[in-house]
Amino acid sequence: MFRLRIAAAGTEGAEGAAAPPASRERPRGEASRTLPRALLAPAVVSLFLWMAVPLAMTLYFSLIRYNLMQPGEHGFLGLANYEFFVTDPSFWPAIVNTLLLVGSVIVITVTGGISLALLIDEPFPGRGLVRVLLISPFFVIPTVNALLWKHMMMNPIYGVLAQVWRFFGAKPVDWMADWPLFSVIVMVAWQWLPFATLIFVTALQSMNREQLEAARMDGARYLQQLRYLYIPHLGRSIAIVVMIETIFLMSVFAEIFTTTGGGPGDASTNIAFLIFKQALLNFDAGVASAGALLAVVLANIVAIFLIRMIGKNLD
Amino acid sequence: MNLRSAVTVAVGLAVAGVSNAATELVIATVNNGHMIEMQKLTKFFEQANPDIKVKWVTLEEGVLRQRVTTDIATKGGQFDVMTIGMYETPIWGKKGWLQELKPDASYDIDDLLPAMRQGLSVDGKLYAAPFYGESSMLMYRKDLADKAGVKLPEQPTWQQVRELAAKIHDPQAGVYGICLRGKPGWGDNMAFLSTLVNTHGGQWFDMGWKPQLESKPWKDAINLYVDLLNKYGPPGSSSNSFNEILALYNEGKCGMWVDATIAASFISDPKQSKVADKVAFAQAPVAVTPKGANWLWAWALAIPAGSKKQESAQKFITWATSKDYIKLVGRESGWGSVPTGTRKSTYANSQFLKAARFAQAEKRAIDTANPNDSTLPKSPYVGVQFAAIPEFQAIGIAVGQQMSSALAGRVSVDEALKLSQVAADREMRKAGYYR
Amino acid sequence: MAHRAPVSTALIVRTAAAWIVTLAIFFPLGWLVLTAFKTELQAISVPPLIFFTPTLENFVEVQERSDYLLYAKNSVITSVASTLLGLAIAAPAAYSMAFFRNRWTRDVLMWMLSTKMMPAVGALVPIYVLTQTAGLLDTRLALTIVFMLSNLPIMVWMLYSSFRDIPHEILEAARMDGATLWQEFRRVLLPLGMGGLFSTGLLCLVLAWNEAFWSLNLTAARAGTLAALIASYSSPEGLFWAKLSCASFMAIAPIVVFGWFSQRQLVQGLTFGAVK
Repeated sequence: MFRLRIAAAGTEGAEGAAAPPASRERPRGEASRTLPRALLAPAVVSLFLWMAVPLAMTLYFSLIRYNLMQPGEHGFLGLANYEFFVTDPSFWPAIVNTLLLVGSVIVITVTGGISLALLIDEPFPGRGLVRVLLISPFFVIPTVNALLWKHMMMNPIYGVLAQVWRFFGAKPVDWMADWPLFSVIVMVAWQWLPFATLIFVTALQSMNREQLEAARMDGARYLQQLRYLYIPHLGRSIAIVVMIETIFLMSVFAEIFTTTGGGPGDASTNIAFLIFKQALLNFDAGVASAGALLAVVLANIVAIFLIRMIGKNLD
Repeated sequence: MNLRSAVTVAVGLAVAGVSNAATELVIATVNNGHMIEMQKLTKFFEQANPDIKVKWVTLEEGVLRQRVTTDIATKGGQFDVMTIGMYETPIWGKKGWLQELKPDASYDIDDLLPAMRQGLSVDGKLYAAPFYGESSMLMYRKDLADKAGVKLPEQPTWQQVRELAAKIHDPQAGVYGICLRGKPGWGDNMAFLSTLVNTHGGQWFDMGWKPQLESKPWKDAINLYVDLLNKYGPPGSSSNSFNEILALYNEGKCGMWVDATIAASFISDPKQSKVADKVAFAQAPVAVTPKGANWLWAWALAIPAGSKKQESAQKFITWATSKDYIKLVGRESGWGSVPTGTRKSTYANSQFLKAARFAQAEKRAIDTANPNDSTLPKSPYVGVQFAAIPEFQAIGIAVGQQMSSALAGRVSVDEALKLSQVAADREMRKAGYYR
Repeated sequence: MAHRAPVSTALIVRTAAAWIVTLAIFFPLGWLVLTAFKTELQAISVPPLIFFTPTLENFVEVQERSDYLLYAKNSVITSVASTLLGLAIAAPAAYSMAFFRNRWTRDVLMWMLSTKMMPAVGALVPIYVLTQTAGLLDTRLALTIVFMLSNLPIMVWMLYSSFRDIPHEILEAARMDGATLWQEFRRVLLPLGMGGLFSTGLLCLVLAWNEAFWSLNLTAARAGTLAALIASYSSPEGLFWAKLSCASFMAIAPIVVFGWFSQRQLVQGLTFGAVK
């Protein structure tokens, strides 16, 4: 009886529910399942409600005429708001920029994070302090992060990068003008690298050291160790980092607003910034809501692709 | 809801003076130097009016505008006094969102500079009291001009400015001929560019409200701008706004600068500027016409219509924009720090004139700016460097982004103007100005 | 490791590499802290000043000008309250999903996460109107609720993930021994899941602390947080860089220090795939 339950309940990664318990156990099984479920239902339901209400409102606003500057005019518009948002010449560039931004930052933080985690995996003098310094950028408020990079680092006259370029005899780069999206990517990646590093550092903690030693004794080179031991172990944490970062990076806004203002042209405009233009410059809540829902659709599409690629590691 | 009504009743009672509880005024304001000064001096107001307490909410300009607009449009009632500009006042005044201001005789409303008073009124009714006003002008390095043997007239032409910039441009010595705004934004690069277009004989919209962004004046103006900055401007211009250029100028890196008159007070302050004693002032450069060559802007205090704290709010506003307040600042912080650009009496004050070398140039600039007549061809809108319509913010930033792009060399000027025209046209059509 | 040679070239190389990379990454932040102690003129000088006489004038001005303590108090209250409240709701939900999986569990999780992907800017008007109707504008309660809702999907998801690592057998065994639900929760689940709870809590605390958008839009004079305070230092017309650095430093210092001290727990708490 006991063993059956263990076998049924203990299979990780199995799709859906395991085989139902034998009928002899049902009274016990039922009692110990419905009670917790009943207790937990309120939590899940209230969660659902809290998310559903703003979502419903956004949906409603997206279908009517709702401009803050013209209160009282709330006629039904059908899909006109969506059409307006989508026919913006910057719409498709914004989608591309959003995907580029998310993708690049993820690639940079995952590879950088793994490399850093591997670098500090084994002890060396000052490791504790290094860990502490490395996670600090994550705590900086995004607006400050943006201003920091724009003025201190990237300014082509008195920025630190400009000084370094001049030191090597090269002409300083005008980051904001010539590489706007790249500049934003650098800022955002700098902020999220500590997060990824931390996750990977902790994942590495739980690696099977004996297996590693054995492999080394057998003469495995570092690249082989990497491929057959480290990376598979990190699979789950990579999936988590990618998932969480995707969620946040899809709606990056503060950095763009503070530095490039979406420009030059629409080179660094992403979907969130496009929505902002409608919501807080035009005060058109109708179009902004339409844009927000389109952003959610885009996010879901991205999520589906992600699940296909790394889904098996998520569970 | 019960709590809310109770609070409202309590506040109402307080204002009516039935109870002894103090009225609390929440004031939303922008974080420029003068406003910060006002916060420090609030204690004088509170001493004179013991039944009023003042709480400040200070925000950056863009955020402030978003916050107060959302609040007033949804009748949120979060703020009792709002700091708004010349852009919002005509729009909101017309919609009836603002309380008309009727100060008494001791306020001396005729002392307000006519341009300011006009810019903040609708149909002769004053809806916001100007606290600080500015125009734009040319600030240049006298030492460099002398060395080049050039003497600029009081109102130079852009041609003359270009020639001087070419002569003093010397990147090896760390001096750039001319610095101008480039960061995208309707109040950033577009503020300057609008005046440039005006003086070349252009306008934002014709009498049928159709955008004119591909007209000859626009092409002439933007080509001049891009050419001037690419040849004689500092690198990184396309993301420079007021602060960035101020930093450069104070370090001695700009030979010339056309921007807000308040810049003059910073660059001639030896505590901030390395070139404080080497600066000279002239009116904003002109081309085809002097109309609209220099902009007009004021930060003003206004009261949302239907506010329950009108009496106290009016008291505060009249205090903060009065002659006495200006004298107070002069006493407490020095005459170089008084908020300028609002009253004729300020410019007649000898102490102020002594402390501010730029005063006359500034007054002349403000006097010649007229939001009702700032373009050569007749325009349907009010405003020198903007059009006071709600759609302008979104249009302004879209065009600003394109101009910044042209400056950075990513698109040609013609292409940038074409894209701008498309963006402006879209917004105007959607808003129903024409089909 | 004891059997290794005390100082090998590998160790030296690794140490040097680690330190160089770390200093390069930390540099912008370090520069920010340095700038907080400069005057405005020093802050923008070219070449950048490394040695200068520090001044505390910025700190004084920040407190005088904007009542730092009020904002700090609001930050602490709203981030801590929203995190605790969120954990209280998310933990049972995660528990239910981790141990009573059905075919909808995965979909529900994905749905929760996808709502988080909507840019906040798009939901501004609905949330603002809701808050206004409830009479909660400019209150800490409104901020706490909004922060909690923003972070709830993340909390549920991370807790779910960490609860999955707890072997069912242990819970079953406890149940077998006649433990009630509450005892099961307290004696078995909580100790094992403590690490996950703590690390999730810390992450959400940081996210709530840094949340500027809602704080700016839903508050006026009373309930603003430190993240919103920063917005008042970015002036459109005037030099502000030293003051902004100082205000930022004062805004992030508490959370950074807290993060530094608790990173050990964080490291121990995030176990992925480990068997305890």
